[in-house]
Amino acid sequence: MDLYEYQGKELFAKYGIPVSEGRLALQPDEARAAAEELGGAVVVKAQVLTGGRGKAGGIKLAATPAEADERAAEILGMDIRGHIVRKVWIERASEIEREYYLSIAFDRSAKKPLFMFTTQGGVDIEEVAATHPEALVRLHVDPLVGFQPWHGRRLVYGAGISDPSEQKQVAAIAAKLYEAFIGCEAMLTEINPLIVTPHGEVRALDAKFSVDDNALFRHPDLAEMRDVDATDPLEALAREKGVTYVKLDGEVGVLGNGAGLTMGTVDVVAFVGGRAADFCDLGGGGDAEGVVDALEVITRDPQVRSIFFNIFGGITRCDEVARGILQALERMGIELPIVVRLDGTNADEGRRLLREADASNLHVEETMLEGARRAVELAKAT
Amino acid sequence: MAILVDNDTRLVVQGLTGSEGRFHGLRNRDYGTQVVAGVTPGKGGQDVDDIPVFDTVSDSVRKAGANTAMVFVPAPYAADAMYEAIDAGVGTVVCITEGVPAHEMLRIHAHVSSRDVRLIGPNCPGALSPGKANVGIIPAEIFREGAIGLVSRSGTLTYQIGHELAQLGLGNSTIVGIGGDPVVGSSFVDVLALFEDDSQTEQVVMVGEIGGDEEEKAAEFIESQMSKPVVAYIAGFTAPPGKTMGHAGAIISGSSGTAQAKKEALEGRGIRVGTTPTETAELVAEIAGR
Repeated sequence: MDLYEYQGKELFAKYGIPVSEGRLALQPDEARAAAEELGGAVVVKAQVLTGGRGKAGGIKLAATPAEADERAAEILGMDIRGHIVRKVWIERASEIEREYYLSIAFDRSAKKPLFMFTTQGGVDIEEVAATHPEALVRLHVDPLVGFQPWHGRRLVYGAGISDPSEQKQVAAIAAKLYEAFIGCEAMLTEINPLIVTPHGEVRALDAKFSVDDNALFRHPDLAEMRDVDATDPLEALAREKGVTYVKLDGEVGVLGNGAGLTMGTVDVVAFVGGRAADFCDLGGGGDAEGVVDALEVITRDPQVRSIFFNIFGGITRCDEVARGILQALERMGIELPIVVRLDGTNADEGRRLLREADASNLHVEETMLEGARRAVELAKAT
Repeated sequence: MAILVDNDTRLVVQGLTGSEGRFHGLRNRDYGTQVVAGVTPGKGGQDVDDIPVFDTVSDSVRKAGANTAMVFVPAPYAADAMYEAIDAGVGTVVCITEGVPAHEMLRIHAHVSSRDVRLIGPNCPGALSPGKANVGIIPAEIFREGAIGLVSRSGTLTYQIGHELAQLGLGNSTIVGIGGDPVVGSSFVDVLALFEDDSQTEQVVMVGEIGGDEEEKAAEFIESQMSKPVVAYIAGFTAPPGKTMGHAGAIISGSSGTAQAKKEALEGRGIRVGTTPTETAELVAEIAGR
């Protein structure tokens, strides 16, 4: 789960990382009030879960509260790479002498947290890595040992920071960022830019924070930060119903059990000349109730022309899935053509149930490839 | 021979008294696996269909001779269960549970690496050696005994490919699901190395998916360290970037972890990649001379 800049900064503040004072605003007049409270020049920053805000005009300076009102009115409602701006962060404007970059990523390849630090901040880090790899300090932390003061020293000396006060501040921020990374079970914490003011003060000017969905059960404060309004409405409905669903762009509603098989099914639908409308994984359980929930989500998408169930039973029992399909047909009166392919645990029983039901829009196919072909054919015919 | 699980496997099921643990534990026993114990704290002395239940994994090792542990407990307790099994002295730990926090796995991975124990999973279907033993949730009736090793990040996709192989008259030495999380106990490379050393295995199918770079590492390993032919399949060619596709580990981050990049890394080292599960099975049959 990705967090907004303002949420990331809240967490930074909680862990003792210096940030500028700011307020959240949902309306232009709230932005004006925030600017009045903060006093002096402020920056109005679009809160969206995507990069490239600055270039898109989502970050603007305001010298007075009236200007803050105007800038907020311009930014609120803006579409930045498909994300509508619903909130702005009003922050006291900073004087910037230098811009650095500091992050900790969950390095799944090395299986360790990875620090990255460079004095060439404020720009795309992948660009720095490509053009000036020598300017980027990369440092892994042993997860069983944790952060040690030498990590901080390696970062500051490695990047060539010579001012003692600055060294001390950056090393302290690195230690606190690691605490935040571990404390929040983050997949990424990034400060870009980490600024140095003309007075020599080091501060986080931006915050990128992403946390592990699987760890949210023990971080209720983070779980509450999820912005339901920002997610696709179908994906939000799916989450509410406990269905694993990703909206795609085509016309064949795909349901599989297991992530790999479902991904493979989406690929095979493309391979036979169609396009999947979604990725929907019934998961391990796949009981009748789960099938009904999944179908409710999928049929809510007006682009769907046919539905393809591709089930290979393991934990999922095929007879349960068959019962679910039949219950859903009965309850929901689905008229779209449904192609079903069952194999694995209790598949014979499942197929028997479907055949006995004798529903005219239900097509039982033997193989994954045949099922996909049939579903694509039916989607094109309707 | 087969790898990881066989006739010598003596299984303890952590969470045997839960509904899923019981269902699959008994299925594993019905298949012929020696399920010698269950563990549920506070239920020591009870039994599940004549399988004795102990309070600790350590008891099951001492009193029932367990040498392999299967973790079937809910996600919040799974890390603890893995640590307990690792400490109890079993040789292999298979964690089926989905939803273990990724940070927990960083620590477990580092911990287990320095010990003489092999961890499979979490978020995996387990391991099956047809005709010998089944540890996990793989529907064994689909698979036949044979010479093809199968290693995969996905459960059901593996069943699909195993099924297609069976249709072509090909069987398996061992089927290993390594799990769909960003960090798992054993990687493709770890399992490929076991297959390379296994006398029953003649060739291997590797089933990968988007996210991470374990397929790329495997490509390098196959080229430099393996004599046996490997055929691959990758899921997620049509997956959009930045979206978690069911498995916590199946996500394209920025421009890294795409199916296309994995396919190119494999094909660049002479490893054939099937476009569909069906084509993948056909490639295997071609190499096997069927």
